[in-house]
Amino acid sequence: MSPKTLYDKIWDAHVAHEADDGTCLLYIDRHLVHEVTSPQAFEGLRMTGRTVRAPDKTIAVPDHNVPTTLDRANASTMTEDSRIQVEALDTNAKEFGLHYYPVSDVRQGIVHIVGPEQGWTLPGMTVVCGDSHTATHGAFGALAHGIGTSEVEHVLATQTLIQKKSKNFKVEITGKLTTGVTAKDITMHVIGQTGTAGGTGYVIEYCGEAIRDLSMEGRMTVCNMAIEGGARAGLIAPDEKTFEYCMGRPHAPKGAQWEAALAWWKTLYSDDDAHWDKVLTIDAADIAPSVTWGTSPEDVLPITAAVPAATDFKGGKVDAAKRSIDYMGLTEGMALTDIEIDTVFIGSCTNGRIEDLRAAAAILKGKKIKDGMRAMIVPGSGLVRAQAEEEGLADIFKDAGFEWRLAGCSMCLAMNPDQLAPGERCAATSNRNFEGRQGRGGRTHLMSPAMAAAAAITGRLTDVREMM
Amino acid sequence: MNKFTTLSGIAAPLPLINIDTDMIIPKQFLKTIKRSGLGVNLFDEMRYDDDRNEIPDFVLNKPQYRDAQIIVAGDNFGCGSSREHAPWAIADFGITCVIAPSFADIFYSNCFKNGILPIALPQEQVDVLMKDAEKGANARIEIDLEAQTITSSDGEVFTFEVDAFKKHCLMNGLDDIGLTMEKAASIDSFEASASQARPWV
Repeated sequence: MSPKTLYDKIWDAHVAHEADDGTCLLYIDRHLVHEVTSPQAFEGLRMTGRTVRAPDKTIAVPDHNVPTTLDRANASTMTEDSRIQVEALDTNAKEFGLHYYPVSDVRQGIVHIVGPEQGWTLPGMTVVCGDSHTATHGAFGALAHGIGTSEVEHVLATQTLIQKKSKNFKVEITGKLTTGVTAKDITMHVIGQTGTAGGTGYVIEYCGEAIRDLSMEGRMTVCNMAIEGGARAGLIAPDEKTFEYCMGRPHAPKGAQWEAALAWWKTLYSDDDAHWDKVLTIDAADIAPSVTWGTSPEDVLPITAAVPAATDFKGGKVDAAKRSIDYMGLTEGMALTDIEIDTVFIGSCTNGRIEDLRAAAAILKGKKIKDGMRAMIVPGSGLVRAQAEEEGLADIFKDAGFEWRLAGCSMCLAMNPDQLAPGERCAATSNRNFEGRQGRGGRTHLMSPAMAAAAAITGRLTDVREMM
Repeated sequence: MNKFTTLSGIAAPLPLINIDTDMIIPKQFLKTIKRSGLGVNLFDEMRYDDDRNEIPDFVLNKPQYRDAQIIVAGDNFGCGSSREHAPWAIADFGITCVIAPSFADIFYSNCFKNGILPIALPQEQVDVLMKDAEKGANARIEIDLEAQTITSSDGEVFTFEVDAFKKHCLMNGLDDIGLTMEKAASIDSFEASASQARPWV
């Protein structure tokens, strides 16, 4: 047999039909659904008299719109249109018989945190969702990517997706990370190197010692932002850490099925002599705690650097950098650590898991946030929130002056009431720093949870290593 | 879905790289449960000020581009969120073709589901068409999907690549769910064998 990459293996195991021109029907093992990108798809089914082919493989949870304040059971905390969207998901989940975690369920949370937590996401699966950060599930060695609403409807109706195969891109992070450098810094650094279009047309497999050393949670952070590099999906080969994470989860296999699954999962790695269309190798020692300065996730620099000059760039990026520096209200050449912030957001599918909260708590323990700072921690799921309370993290956050919220997407995309006002500047652990992303005129700097916690204390972008 | 065969129209120049889907349609407009009516909010934050007045400098607010049917843009158009509201807004405004050096993957796929033809061309050819677009209503760009050609207002002809299956669906306005359902037997037999091989799924 010819050598294969991990992506080749998962792909080959899921082709239900291949046309002469290479167009395939890829069978989908798990379809995750949230309230924003699905109502039109369900409506489409109704209008054409179609139904959901595999409701048992379809999991729904509201996350984008839901308020994260403690009083959210009160319907008036939601705008009318948000309420209608969440209600539509309620109705569709019940009518079509989907697995469903409503807002009132302690297991509710961000769809990409709930899937792995409940054992829906397993190695070797194909996973899709009408959300670009579906890439997160690649951390399990599952082929996972975002789709549009028409494709949501297609998967609901047929449990397949029309696809052509992408190319293979190996991103290897060799050696060990240095103190204060996290999974978030790895994934941001990679995007800084490839650019936001560097992964277009590819599936990235992240490998190397620094990736193997990461926990499952860190690996989810890395794969989550594969889409920010333009890739169709990010993958990490499953190993003992993956199996240990999956074992015993509510929807993971048990007994003899677990053994059978494990036997297959252990074959899911890229063969030594597999073909790569593109390779990027990075020494982990070269990665510093990183932040974004601009309005594209590729605008990444080590925290020790200065705001670049637009003329440092080439081609269309010169104008883009000018526009970014202007939008962000920065001066070329100013030290990144001189950038003052007024808001801190810790959460999202990128960094809303328990280890992220532990990392933030380690910095915040016994400290206070700067006077006047608006700071919130939004756990990725109700179960993450409960665990953080049990571990005493919630008390650390509240003592430091953070708001301790309920689970949801929150200020990552500001579809719920958590938004930036024009000109407000936020240290955020989310994944996108686009213009207006967190609220019209809002300014976003992306970073790790530990870096965001450090910034909350000092009131400016801060090198977390000074606090360790 | 609307068919796309040929188009002769005015092109609006948007010479920016990394135009993301948050720019194309900001999040506050994603709270709809319909596909229609988003054209008025296309590029909302670039198009209107805080008081909802039109910003005259923005290209789609200029008289000569109000009826634009084509956008010519920079690299990596449509990056970011998977929201299909982006192509819905574009189509609802009346634009059925976007030309750029490259597109983000999910946006590119989403276009074909909504009667929009995204065309990737080398940067130097996009540069020619960008100049053409800057001429405004005096310059009409012609697109022929069957022949896979674009003709500038000066008569310069560029050819473009498009996946044969996507082209077929777009030219005929086909519902690809219906096409897939014709292959139900393949899906059934795959499902049966996969459930033997991987019963835990």
